[in-house]
Amino acid sequence: MTETVIDIHELTKSYGKAKAVDRLSLRISRGEIFGLLGPNGAGKSTTILMLLGLSEPDSGTINVLGMNPTREPIPVKQRVGYLPDDVGFYEDRTGLENLMLTARLNGIPEDAARERAKLLLEQVGLDNAAHKKTGAYSRGMRQRLGLADVLVKSPEIIILDEPTLGIDPTGMEELLSLIRKLSREQNLTVLLSSHQLHQVQQICDRVGLFVRGRLLAEGDVPSLSRTLFADDPLLITADIEGLSPALEESIRGIDGVHRLEIETVGQGAAGQQGALSADGRCRLQIRCDSDCSPDIAGAIVGSGARLFALHRQEYGLDEIYHRYFAGGEPHGKGDDAKRSG
Amino acid sequence: MAKETTPNAAAKLNGYASKAKAWLHSRRDMLRKPVRASGEGAAHGGRRSRSIPGAFGVLVRKEVSDHIRSWRFILLLGIIALTCVASLYTALNSIRDALGSEDGVQEFVLLKLFTISDGTLPTFIGFVGFLGPLLGIGMGFDAVNSERNKGTLSRIMAQPIHRDDLLNAKFVASLIVISIMFLTLGFLTMALGTLIIGIPPTFEEFLRIISFLLVTIFYVGFWLNLSIMFSVRFRQPATSALSCIAVWLFFSFFYDMILQLIAKGIAPSAPTTTVQDVLNYQNLMMWLNRISPYTLFNEATTTLLVPSVRNLGPLTNEQVIGAIASPLPFGQSLLLVWPQITGLTALTLICFALSYVLFLRQEIRGRS
Repeated sequence: MTETVIDIHELTKSYGKAKAVDRLSLRISRGEIFGLLGPNGAGKSTTILMLLGLSEPDSGTINVLGMNPTREPIPVKQRVGYLPDDVGFYEDRTGLENLMLTARLNGIPEDAARERAKLLLEQVGLDNAAHKKTGAYSRGMRQRLGLADVLVKSPEIIILDEPTLGIDPTGMEELLSLIRKLSREQNLTVLLSSHQLHQVQQICDRVGLFVRGRLLAEGDVPSLSRTLFADDPLLITADIEGLSPALEESIRGIDGVHRLEIETVGQGAAGQQGALSADGRCRLQIRCDSDCSPDIAGAIVGSGARLFALHRQEYGLDEIYHRYFAGGEPHGKGDDAKRSG
Repeated sequence: MAKETTPNAAAKLNGYASKAKAWLHSRRDMLRKPVRASGEGAAHGGRRSRSIPGAFGVLVRKEVSDHIRSWRFILLLGIIALTCVASLYTALNSIRDALGSEDGVQEFVLLKLFTISDGTLPTFIGFVGFLGPLLGIGMGFDAVNSERNKGTLSRIMAQPIHRDDLLNAKFVASLIVISIMFLTLGFLTMALGTLIIGIPPTFEEFLRIISFLLVTIFYVGFWLNLSIMFSVRFRQPATSALSCIAVWLFFSFFYDMILQLIAKGIAPSAPTTTVQDVLNYQNLMMWLNRISPYTLFNEATTTLLVPSVRNLGPLTNEQVIGAIASPLPFGQSLLLVWPQITGLTALTLICFALSYVLFLRQEIRGRS
């Protein structure tokens, strides 16, 4: 399970003066779901194009399944499926016909191709729309058809560029769980790029944060948040009624608590800054470095206040994202990138 | 060339012509074989080898069926068919006069169907020369950029095919469709003409019509390639269509006017002008004219369909003296237009090479 299927070493690609990808090194093992996360224009798509041999790197080496995609794009493309960002289909053909075309281009015999296409359409939940023209497909259906299209050639690696873009939350969740399911069933290696961190972190084994062509950090989400938020990785939120100064003190006194913020909640309370709302409800935001939620709950209940909700949140990618990409991508300035690198 | 054609020399040249033809055929076969072979590979399903052998055939089949299903093709076919019928009608109207006027030469009646008109409408070759480009442009102007805009290009390119396969397939498929269309129309016209006139075509007439159709296919192929080139270069189909139409209009109308201006400027008018000067001037103008594919096509088709055309350049009196006023044999006509056909093919290849280079250097991203 530890076989490395994608090995990128010191990959660099520039467009004119702007560096799209800057000395990127990355290893992905078989069966892994890797999320390449970063804001728009970070160089994610460029990296993916180079992985498929559709674009040539300036320097550095790429090894996909033991092959160099720049030199041998055809065998690489036989074993790697790629779902481009905002995939399109031949709109006056049905979904099945579109899949059949891909299958034929991959040299799959007609009967086998038809069988496989039907099976995949069923798997992605499009069996009812198989004979509908793709022009009439919705965005979510198109993405699912795209997933089927990628899987037609029975690839070992699938690369999905922004697979969740423009789909509603339900559709997105369905698609992602489908990807995860298929990956687990067939031991597929999945590389997906996205800037929608929330959803993607749910299915990724590992993520890489990609900003301005450089990989800032990689690892699984908990370990990333541990390293990046070594000081206060946990946020515990408590909705209570009847906050007293004594309670505040006792919470602050709990071992591991770093900070306590109070904000009011409840109906009609908006705008009353700092004050308790009419019914005395407020929300405590407690940042701590270890999980002390039982102690907090005990303190609240012990002080006679009423506890409505207690929520423990580990720092997710959103926070990581904000911390790292704060301010978004500065426009232009090649020397800026150099200085920071 | 061959002014005082002795039978001996004619026979020799004929021999060369047939040799050239044989060579051409062998070339063509060589060119066609791989295409056919890969097509069969697709039909029998593929092996999983280094490059998928049938991929090119699959792409060609897809393109051909795309063309045939499209409304655009039906419209273009309708326009061309209608003009053919119209020109056939006018030709039939005036064929009696045309036959009567030429002192008893009753040969090549069928060819006249393609080259005469009663004046209300252009002739068949006139129509084809004018509308053929439109057909080529119509079939090719959005070949690559529409796929790019629909997002299908990057999906196709992610399949194990070579990048040039796509471009070749687009060209070959369109050319196949065009060939079928023109051959069908040509044969239909021939059949209708034969039925109405009641004179069966001779073998030479048949050969001439076939070669006329082939030249037409080359000609349309040139415009097809030009439009494919623009479709690679420009991201918007509208831009590429307009550029193609601009080139087409330029060569159809403006090029002649510009040439006339130039001709007025450089025409030798001094009293010291020698015959040689006039000849040089004429030759220069002729060559300038021949830059235009429209001229090349007109010269080639006229020579092929009007056997009495003996020469395309200026003839001096000495050259004309002793010439027998009889139609040229087919081989001679073919030899006469060989440069034109080569020129058309060369133009086509230049466009193809350019689009090839442009396409291979382009980066294929999503819909951008």
